[in-house]
Amino acid sequence: MLRNIVKYRVLLLMLLPTSIVFFINCYIPMFGVFIAFKNINYIDGIMGSPWAGLDNFRFLFATSDAWRVTINTVAYNVVFIVTGLLLSVAIAIAVNEVRAKLASRLYQTVMIMPNFLSMVVVSYIVYAFLHPEYGFLVKYVLPLFGHSSVNAYMHPEAWPYILWLTKMWHSVGIGSVIYLAAITGISEELYEAAVMDGASKWQQIIRITIPLLTPVMVILTILNLGGLFRSDFGLFYHVTLDSGALRSTTDVIDTYVYRGLIQLNDLGMASAANFYQSVVGFFLVIGANSLARKLNRDTALF
Amino acid sequence: MNKATNVKPYQKVSKLAAIVLHTIFIVFSLACILPILLIVAISFSNEKLLTLKGYKFWPDEIDGSAYHHLFANSSTLMKAYGVSLSVTFIGTLLAVLLIALYAYPIFRKDFPFKKIFNIYLLITMLFSGGLVPFYLLYVNYLDLKDTYVALILPGLSNAFYIFIARTFFQQTIPEEMIESGKLDGASEWRIFFQLVLPISLPVLATIGLFTTLMYWNDWFNSLLFINDSEKFSLQYVMIQMIRQAEFFKNQLAGSGVALLVQQSVPTESLRMAMVVVSIGPILFVYPFFQKYFTKGLTIGAIKG
Repeated sequence: MLRNIVKYRVLLLMLLPTSIVFFINCYIPMFGVFIAFKNINYIDGIMGSPWAGLDNFRFLFATSDAWRVTINTVAYNVVFIVTGLLLSVAIAIAVNEVRAKLASRLYQTVMIMPNFLSMVVVSYIVYAFLHPEYGFLVKYVLPLFGHSSVNAYMHPEAWPYILWLTKMWHSVGIGSVIYLAAITGISEELYEAAVMDGASKWQQIIRITIPLLTPVMVILTILNLGGLFRSDFGLFYHVTLDSGALRSTTDVIDTYVYRGLIQLNDLGMASAANFYQSVVGFFLVIGANSLARKLNRDTALF
Repeated sequence: MNKATNVKPYQKVSKLAAIVLHTIFIVFSLACILPILLIVAISFSNEKLLTLKGYKFWPDEIDGSAYHHLFANSSTLMKAYGVSLSVTFIGTLLAVLLIALYAYPIFRKDFPFKKIFNIYLLITMLFSGGLVPFYLLYVNYLDLKDTYVALILPGLSNAFYIFIARTFFQQTIPEEMIESGKLDGASEWRIFFQLVLPISLPVLATIGLFTTLMYWNDWFNSLLFINDSEKFSLQYVMIQMIRQAEFFKNQLAGSGVALLVQQSVPTESLRMAMVVVSIGPILFVYPFFQKYFTKGLTIGAIKG
């Protein structure tokens, strides 16, 4: 052991800086989860603050907030995962059938572009469409249906659709590239043999492409399920402009924790919600991984 | 068989299908790009016409005054641009170096502590303390509020990229190369910097570009840690501007003051001009991205 440490001291030295960074960013905060069981205040610090038992959790689950944000988080994620999968796969299969090389590359380039924009920029784009007076939709599209001057930022019922559309716009293109990479990996001989047997294009897609893509779809979906309790904070915080009027349909665990921590300074509630998210998240990742492992040993994360 | 495009007969789709496919993708491509162009169009619009006719895809009159205003009067913006550029540059360099430094030893087959450091990495992907302890550590214990370190340090730990780099090393760096380096009397550092890194350029570029994008687009760390206006990043200034505009409107609506403010400064077009300026550098690195990143993603998809 000691001899090995001396022998490999240079390699160990290489590992040192990154190990320290991980220790600061990931490991120390892990031990901080017990804050949820403390009645924390800034003066006494984490160690000095008195224990609170389960009080923070009692307060959290006594309000309707906990259930609302949980339901919102899970519902948005389920819809995003399912529709994202279907759209990405459909687009990947379709792009694969575009035989003009140049056009195919052009479509792919353009499709990926939204993903490179930050959520702040995306919030401006949504705003440009929905601005209560000047927005393109409000000014030019809604009047065609007989509506005038709608302030979407006051109507919570519209936001599941708006957020869904925004999310798909931002992520479907890049998602389809991953599936496209998998399709390109499928052996040509399979298609050649199918053609020999007189299979139509449609039959080739149904009988070859989709079945061979299934493992990739299953694994990516399972991995996404591990994140069922986390959400894209930027999407829910910036795109909605953090509008209080929209909370009933736009508040998710991440925005709730952030608000508790920064805006309301309610550390007890924030850390309880935080703990709840971390623990459930952990079991979801473990569960998702063991499911992946059961289906196919090679594709499990660990 | 069509010689020119080298497409095998069975691969062809019928003419009708081809037309349908192209139509779908042209519409889809437009849907991806038009919203961005709307922002550009607004930024080049005349402020008065904007308030009369709303946001349009085609400005009635091309007007560059928003940009003039942006560059002439806005020291806040220039400062923010500087902050974003430096944080992105330093952060990316450090991140790529740290990732390579960690990925290399855990790739080495002869390294006896490989497993321990693998697990050390894996655990960070499984469990996280979450926002509250992270925030308290940075602010109360490390005293990093209003520092550039708070903008760079969080982005330096990324287990996923380390696994990608390690997988790449496993696939491209032959064991013999390291052995022969040793026989020639090269030190471990020399082997790493002069033999391993040059071959690994594709994966370093992929990770570097992803990291660049991550730092450039980051607003979360500014939101959490920065109160000092001297240290606002570009994304953070944009967050503030969209919120303040709403606040302004609600407060001053109908008081006549709003109109006055609007006349002196082209607020609507100015804000969109700022967004356009913030997208600029991304479009600049985009071609490099395009070249590397399909490869990067494919490598990442292989079990890490």
